[in-house]
Amino acid sequence: MSKAMEATVSKKSLRDNPLVWPLAGLALVVAFNLVTGPEFFSVSVRDGHLYGNLVDIFSQGARVMLLALGMTLVIATGGVDLSVGAVMAIGGALCATLVTQLGYGLYLALPLTLLMAGALGFFNGAMVVAGRIQPIIATLILMVAGRGVALLITDSDVVKIQDPAFLYLGKGYILGVPFSLWLVAAVFTVMALLIRKTALGLLIEAVGDNEHASRFSGIEAGRLKLIVYAVCGALAGMAGVLDAASVSAADPMRVGELKELDAIFAVVIGGTALTGGRFLLFGSILGAILLQALTLTLYNAGVPAAVAPVPKAIVIVGVCLLQSDRFRKQISNIIKIGGKAS
Amino acid sequence: MLEMNFRPSRLFSLFTRFAAAPLLLASVFLSGCGGGGDSAEKKVKIGFAQVGAESVWRTANTDSMQSEAKKRGVDLKFSSGEGKQENQIRAIRSFVAQGVDLIILSPIVETGWDPVLKEAKRAGIPVLLMDREIETADESLYAAFIGSDFVEEGRLAAQWMVENVKGEKVNIVELEGTPGSAPAIDRQTGFKEVVDEHSRFTIIESQSANFRRSDGKDLMESLLKLHKKIDVVYAHNDDMALGAIQAIEAAGLKPGKDIVIISIDAIKEAFEAVVAGKINCIVECTPLFGPLAFDMAEKILNGEEYERRVVMKDSVFDQSNAAAAIDSRKY
Repeated sequence: MSKAMEATVSKKSLRDNPLVWPLAGLALVVAFNLVTGPEFFSVSVRDGHLYGNLVDIFSQGARVMLLALGMTLVIATGGVDLSVGAVMAIGGALCATLVTQLGYGLYLALPLTLLMAGALGFFNGAMVVAGRIQPIIATLILMVAGRGVALLITDSDVVKIQDPAFLYLGKGYILGVPFSLWLVAAVFTVMALLIRKTALGLLIEAVGDNEHASRFSGIEAGRLKLIVYAVCGALAGMAGVLDAASVSAADPMRVGELKELDAIFAVVIGGTALTGGRFLLFGSILGAILLQALTLTLYNAGVPAAVAPVPKAIVIVGVCLLQSDRFRKQISNIIKIGGKAS
Repeated sequence: MLEMNFRPSRLFSLFTRFAAAPLLLASVFLSGCGGGGDSAEKKVKIGFAQVGAESVWRTANTDSMQSEAKKRGVDLKFSSGEGKQENQIRAIRSFVAQGVDLIILSPIVETGWDPVLKEAKRAGIPVLLMDREIETADESLYAAFIGSDFVEEGRLAAQWMVENVKGEKVNIVELEGTPGSAPAIDRQTGFKEVVDEHSRFTIIESQSANFRRSDGKDLMESLLKLHKKIDVVYAHNDDMALGAIQAIEAAGLKPGKDIVIISIDAIKEAFEAVVAGKINCIVECTPLFGPLAFDMAEKILNGEEYERRVVMKDSVFDQSNAAAAIDSRKY
């Protein structure tokens, strides 16, 4: 009796664990590749570093992972940040201009860039908190204007990067693993520690669940939101720097286009609800991995570019639907009824 | 240190750009209300509805138009569509209201122009299409078209490859532009047309990298793992080729030697890559429409005879002639 109960409890908690569904999506992608082309998984060592599709998923997905980490916090407070793509463009453009045209060292240019990107995020937060503007509108402003700012910084040109330290950010390897991956791991660890080992995570969730109630219980919701948007901005700036470093050029026009949507996708697939409240940093990382794995799989399967968004959308919709309790209940009801009828 | 490195010229250009917007608005307003205060004796007024500022090519195109207008003393009213057709339609309406002499339009999309072009026609303002064409049943809605022949660019790229790439079986990877866009479709069509005539060439893969550099790199990284033997990379624009080069180098191969790289547009950076031996061939798609566009505009306004369809002549550059031409590159 008690064993049976235990079993149902663990089954229930497994199904309710939001990480299960992105993992299921990932398993689907892996299974597909195992069937169509197992060489997808081959990883070899070339020029002293790891080389293969699995490495690419992480190195190419690193930018979206950074965006998604910041976005998770913003979404957890019940907001959203549409400007991350534009802030990416500003970050890349600013850092590249500081290094290549004004001759700053990276040790100075990078912190300045992150500070600037953080300030832009802070500006978003200020509009939301002090201006009482809905987050989607407040950040839309910077999404539109940000690209113009990036163009101003670079004088409407593409800035080429030759500084070896800068390029290392996008192309370097530590112990055979891409630098960008170490960076994501470091950011994730720091964030996870801050959030789960202190009360910060709890406070953010409280604000997202019910801002009024959290304020009455003594949480400074406004200040918390400002911090969260600033962090999101700074991470977007870093993603822009990575993007610029990986192609040796900062293009203010095209970098980060539609990346805000990828970031929101990753967060939602990862089990964080857009309504705010409970959030999962690791889920967002999984979401970003799933997105990138899907993209690479479609390349590998030779799906024509014009059609590629369709299978991608099907997997994403599937994962999102499965995350909804209500949808799962309806499905299980249908199955039950079917079972009884037969 | 901060002050030392600060460039006043940049600040100034920043300022002028910010200041320009309200001034432009004000001038639109004044000329709209003033009721034809033609104080400057019969200065030709031309409205220019541009696509936006989405690429280096586009900004070079805008610069070419603006500097040519200045040179000829034409009052050029510039409007950037920021990639949205509604903005361009609004711009054309405002040009009509201001009573410009001629409208130059670089349409963002092909369809949906009939109503607003009819308004221009009714007002007796000729429209010159630039860079891209429109789809319309009524050809009289525009006076002329001047632009690039994307199909021919694809053909030129393939012809260079047929002449210069040896080997019994040549595997080609094609990096497409944004799916559905005219340059992507046409550059593919032209290229394929020539490739199909030569059996030793096969396009083994054709995928989109959205004309973007980082997408070009990401896509090439995958394709290098998928295909053991890639001989040629054909990219629909330079940005994607420049991205692919980075992926090829990261895989320990030599772009330009192990894999032949061919791309279209010929921006300055691509020229430099040709001189450095990393790109083998670039087909020029010149954005410098200014002189020809204003020649056409003058002919139309003076009632002289003109050709209804003018296509810019594109040239091919490779290691043999790129170094000589690189200094004349402005963009």
